[in-house]
Amino acid sequence: MIRHDYSRVEPKRRANIDPKKRQFAKAEYAQQDYKHRLNFYTLPPTAEITLEEFETWAINRLKVLSELEACSFRNRSPEETAEYMTSILNKYLPLRANTSRGTNLQEERKRDHYSHFILRLAFSSTEELRRRFSHLETILFRLRFREDDPRERQGFVRSLDLEWEEVGDDEKRELRDQMLAAIGSKREEEQDWFKVDWERVPELVSQRKVLLKRGMAYVPAKEQTSLVVAEFTKRLDEQLELTARALPRLDEDDRLAPILAHLSQSFTAPEAAYSSSDANIDGLSAINSGAIDTLSQNFPLCMQNLHMTLRANSHLKHYGRLQYTLFLKGIGLSLEECIIFWRRSFKLMTDDKFHKEYKYNIRHAYGDVGGDSNRRGRGYTPYSCQKILTEPLPGPGQAHGCPYRAFNVENLTGLLQRVGIQDREVLQGVKEDVKKQRYHVACNRVFEFAHKKEIKKVKDEGTWSATDLDTIVHPNTYFKRSWLLKHLGDGNAGVVSGDKMEE
Amino acid sequence: MPHSVTPEAIPAVEQLIAKSEPGTQDMAMDDAPSAEVEDKAKVNLEDLFDDEDSDEEFASSAPVKSEEDASQPAATFKISDKSQYSDPDVMRAFYQRLFPFRFFFQWLNHSAVPSNDFAHREFAFTLSNDALQRYQSFPTADLLRKRCIADTPPRIDIGPVYSTNPRDRKTLRKASAFRPISRELVFDIDMDAYDDIRTCCTGANICQKCWAFITMSIKVVDVALRDDFGFKHVMWVYSGRRGAHAWVCDKRAREMDDSKRRAVYGYLELLKGGDQGGKKVNVWRPLHPHLERSLSILKEHFQTTILAEQDPWAEQNSAHLLNLIPDTKLREALQKKWDSSPGRPSASKWADIDSVAKSGALSKSSKELLEAKQDIVLEYTYPRLDADVGKKLNHLLKSPFVVHPATGRICVPIDPRRVEEFDPLSVPKVTELLVEIDEWSGEDSEKKIQDWEKTSLKPYIEYFRVFVAGLLKEEKEKGGIKRERDENGDVMEF
Ligand code: SF4
Ligand SMILES: [Zn+2]
Repeated sequence: MIRHDYSRVEPKRRANIDPKKRQFAKAEYAQQDYKHRLNFYTLPPTAEITLEEFETWAINRLKVLSELEACSFRNRSPEETAEYMTSILNKYLPLRANTSRGTNLQEERKRDHYSHFILRLAFSSTEELRRRFSHLETILFRLRFREDDPRERQGFVRSLDLEWEEVGDDEKRELRDQMLAAIGSKREEEQDWFKVDWERVPELVSQRKVLLKRGMAYVPAKEQTSLVVAEFTKRLDEQLELTARALPRLDEDDRLAPILAHLSQSFTAPEAAYSSSDANIDGLSAINSGAIDTLSQNFPLCMQNLHMTLRANSHLKHYGRLQYTLFLKGIGLSLEECIIFWRRSFKLMTDDKFHKEYKYNIRHAYGDVGGDSNRRGRGYTPYSCQKILTEPLPGPGQAHGCPYRAFNVENLTGLLQRVGIQDREVLQGVKEDVKKQRYHVACNRVFEFAHKKEIKKVKDEGTWSATDLDTIVHPNTYFKRSWLLKHLGDGNAGVVSGDKMEE
Repeated sequence: MPHSVTPEAIPAVEQLIAKSEPGTQDMAMDDAPSAEVEDKAKVNLEDLFDDEDSDEEFASSAPVKSEEDASQPAATFKISDKSQYSDPDVMRAFYQRLFPFRFFFQWLNHSAVPSNDFAHREFAFTLSNDALQRYQSFPTADLLRKRCIADTPPRIDIGPVYSTNPRDRKTLRKASAFRPISRELVFDIDMDAYDDIRTCCTGANICQKCWAFITMSIKVVDVALRDDFGFKHVMWVYSGRRGAHAWVCDKRAREMDDSKRRAVYGYLELLKGGDQGGKKVNVWRPLHPHLERSLSILKEHFQTTILAEQDPWAEQNSAHLLNLIPDTKLREALQKKWDSSPGRPSASKWADIDSVAKSGALSKSSKELLEAKQDIVLEYTYPRLDADVGKKLNHLLKSPFVVHPATGRICVPIDPRRVEEFDPLSVPKVTELLVEIDEWSGEDSEKKIQDWEKTSLKPYIEYFRVFVAGLLKEEKEKGGIKRERDENGDVMEF
């Protein structure tokens, strides 16, 4: 994914990567002293490094962030993520505690510091990149924070000066029961409480894990992690905005520009897991609206569910329509056919209403109407599993989302049985996957079961490579692979024409 | 005549318009949509998908026949079609004589002197040909008023305040210079979300019985916004047909980014899992204080609205109730009992749970049963917010005081302290109001009386005026020399 191509930079030439420093020519500290292992990255680097260091450090950090993203995509729990990341972090971005007997502490921290700032430059250009970068850096910070030596962690937190007001004894006595109920604690144990503006702990508020009174959140001391992490994200987001605004001035340095561009390109969006090549399926002639009922046998559960709901109610709510329309677009249904499909599906609706309220949205999804960028981008990209799995759960009356996540176990089992998955072992496996929140693992399990025979065949015959049978992470990939496997005998359809996902 | 009002149908309105605006009533509205119509293409896909399932889903279907239509004392005219409510002449008279532009301006401007809070605010007009004009903005209330009178939009939506004037957005060199910077925190509660438990009406119809869902939601959300989040300027607005909107206007709320908005929604949301998610309430014990308080508000409504009025488990419909009972033994005993007396109403079935449990058919603890019953109460009564409306800073929401095109009713404020008294079916309709002005016969001499003061819209505009005054007072105190905050918090006494 990332090319290690050092030959194109001269290792000995020196790059100064600090935009501020260039502005305020005088460098105060050439070398910074890192007292703490953890870093809020408030001060930009001031020392000079070589271009080679510049690139290598950044690539190493990028590797770590990509792995973290993969974990969050696979729905790994924080514990699983921590375990999985240990060796990767040791290899690419070691960062040891003061108490460790490491000799390179300062050097490690410097790399951590600098690589963070380099990626900040590379990823501040667009809102989407900033959001992902901030999200992943937050995960990384949280991971390190949790594992930090408790004493050193306290020292670090104290150094941040976060202005938390302690809840006084009187108030503590008065609100004690409510505070405890809010955090879901049944025990009567004594603990310290802080009072902060609720905006500083949006995560806790959002999960209703904290008492709110007149705009203040009453946070138990043990939730310090949330507070510190929220503060980290907040400051990083602000800084990223500033960096974005300062970016044009950086263009001057033409040695850095290509490296930065290359870095941000390597950080491809997860949506890119879908490509238009998924729509071109050998042997599958142009799909028309009438074929959807038949083809739905090859749909993943999320889309089968939408399809069945649509057939049952002759209607789908807006997010359901959006998710399904984009999927249909992704399997190669043309705009005209898609409009016909929806028109016929909404049996109870007048033509007038359909044209007024629905048609435009379908055309918009296809990029047929809308602003320049929408048309240029040919509308919206079909949703990936990650997108579907990280959106809010559907509410009453809605059918979008991923059933493995949205359904309870009984209903999920019922749905699977309705689409022909009766095998008890598979259903049991799905149950366990879902309990561990590995929704897409459950989905792949079902896929493998439903295509057991065919998968064995292509493996035995060696017609499909291992990558052709990679974990499915996109509903459109699910469809494509399912269709191809079920049509192995039909002419050339059996061979996946070695099409890599285009980027 | 270019418009669709037949002279016999609403003579009063015709007369009124003829009297007040001689010569204008024949203006051809078909020409009204201006060049800005192309802006329709700019609408974000998500925005488009967002709204239409709620109140507007049935916007083009035939109007609701509500009981009071029939009971109205010999009205001078009969309204039977939505086109008459949003007819250009009706709309023009409405904007000329009734829409409270002055307070509306102050509400969004946060001071009496025109500022960017108002000038950079996006308005979106839906015209009578259904074209949507986005990114409209106006430096003053008067210019907004003139435009409304000229274009007679049947619907106005309010968007965010942008970093620059929305009209200039295309001339900016950098797209990032044009971004939403503030807007009220908003909520939408729509009857749509209650369709699976509502038995009295379907679709766009409502009656007093099901309006209770909205009433209890307002109670629960309002107290949380005030007591928990510390907001003071919360305005509830009837959406004109079968729902309500909340506008939280505190500066602190207006400046929240999307992640904070999501946090408030997360705090307030309870029911999860779509129609297939099974049990929709999953909460730990002890209950969070917000849920504890909500439960105590909702209990009463459960008895009246749910058990007595909606009667959701009547006849053969008790399967879902049984599903929610965690105890197999008890479930079987109840099933048997209800199978043998199918006529039992929901209230009796609800009481059966305890009595059958007491008679020994309970294998779990009574505490577990109590908790399961609390969960059921919450599932049937807890507010169902339309999550997609308020989580984004730049979402459009229908303005207060516009006319709902299908019902003709004005989107009036609802006083949360008297929310029980609010009756959506007696909210004045635009055509009635215009007649009221016409029939008014009070003294007009000493002090100029505004047209709206002559109508039943008056109490609603009065309420709005006081609300806005409270907001302005606080903005002034906070904006100017930092004065001591009012001790009891509430700067405005109603
Ligand atoms: S895992 Fe992905 S493809 Fe499978 S059902 Fe869920 S969203 Fe659909
Ligand atoms: Zn009703």
